[in-house]
Amino acid sequence: MKDFGYAAPKNVGEAISLLTELGGHGKVIAGGQSMLVIMKQNMLAPEFLVDIKGISELDYIKYDKKKGLNIGALTTHRTIERSPVIKETYPVLSEMEDNLAVVQTRNWGTIGGNLCHGDPAGDPTVVFIVLNARLKIRGTAGEREIDIEDFYKDYLEVDLNPGELLVEIQVPPPPPHTGSAHNKLMVMKGDMGIVGAAATITVNPADGTCTGARIALSNVASTPWRSRAAENVLIGKVITGELLAEAGRAASAELEPPADVHGSSAYRKEMAELFVRRTAETALKRAQAQG
Amino acid sequence: MNDELKELRFSVNGKPYELKVKPKALLLDVLRKELKLTGTRTGCEVSACGACTVNLDGMAVRACSILALQANGREVVTIEGVADGDKLHPIQEAMVAHGAIECGFCTSGMVMSARALLLENPKPTREDIRRAVQGNMCADSGYVKYIEAVEIAAKKMQGGE
Repeated sequence: MKDFGYAAPKNVGEAISLLTELGGHGKVIAGGQSMLVIMKQNMLAPEFLVDIKGISELDYIKYDKKKGLNIGALTTHRTIERSPVIKETYPVLSEMEDNLAVVQTRNWGTIGGNLCHGDPAGDPTVVFIVLNARLKIRGTAGEREIDIEDFYKDYLEVDLNPGELLVEIQVPPPPPHTGSAHNKLMVMKGDMGIVGAAATITVNPADGTCTGARIALSNVASTPWRSRAAENVLIGKVITGELLAEAGRAASAELEPPADVHGSSAYRKEMAELFVRRTAETALKRAQAQG
Repeated sequence: MNDELKELRFSVNGKPYELKVKPKALLLDVLRKELKLTGTRTGCEVSACGACTVNLDGMAVRACSILALQANGREVVTIEGVADGDKLHPIQEAMVAHGAIECGFCTSGMVMSARALLLENPKPTREDIRRAVQGNMCADSGYVKYIEAVEIAAKKMQGGE
């Protein structure tokens, strides 16, 4: 690893001033669970690290029935996984965190660090996409909010300007009769997903039609991938087994996944089809179970 | 400015330390090279094997994947701080008595993962134990005895035999 300068500001204000002063020469480290690995490979060699891990004002989970869920960017994966209010109101997030990585990594890694790393294989992003989440970003000029879907620009590249910090993830309350699910192909529980899928389905209990669907995939493109093609197969129809299979095929058809030691492009395409079908089926069952 | 030494104040095995370290020094490097606490192992160094597991503020973490400076103001416990003088910790005792040690390379990390588990959850199920040591690789594949030893230790710590 190359040498770098280092400072650990005490609060968000100080962190933003320092990042602004550094211009493009500063890089933020939170838990560093993904970043240190690529720094050791010299894939990333920042001149200066701004360590925000100790900023406690960004470590929180707030829930309000009308406004939804607000998670501070420096909340650890473990805190999210174990949060009673998240288990109760957004169980898909606990489900995702439980599979995210081994416990040592979940204990130290933060949700904001994970999102800003911009790895298309990351699990939280696809779950937040199907939960329709927004990100709150703070800089010297003030705050802005964006759809999480628009945050991802390319492999390991996100929409953050020098001097900006992701401060919060906002998840709206789910509409009634809505279910969400996440699953990924992994050799061992906690491994990085070779392909992952998340789905949210809303049904009209009167006639059983699907009134809303959001489907997203991880590790199939250079950014997290939302599959509107698969969603469009389901919306407005009564979902059957055949329709779920068709949604899987629609998602897979538009992909040209990367190949690596874990799977060829063709294998990932097949797995994308399977995981979209299965995940959407679980989400549908959960939506229907709400009566 | 890039290799300027920075002050690190933290506690290791109950003892306060004040050191000057390079920003890029990993917690693992400082424990092994500066403090000569070599019970924490250098394994894969890419956060895959768990041999470097220590307890940081009571949590299991990987010392190869944390900057030493991130431990500022925190409490680290390594394998050297687990026993009470000459008296082994029940987890260590159970591992020795149950033959849960193969070549021994991964053992310190296993003990630290088990210690963190029992701090948080004194009555773990077998599945809880499996999940807690899942991030600790044993090249000899001695997993079953490790898991059984943690179960034995948990029972003993609860007052049973």
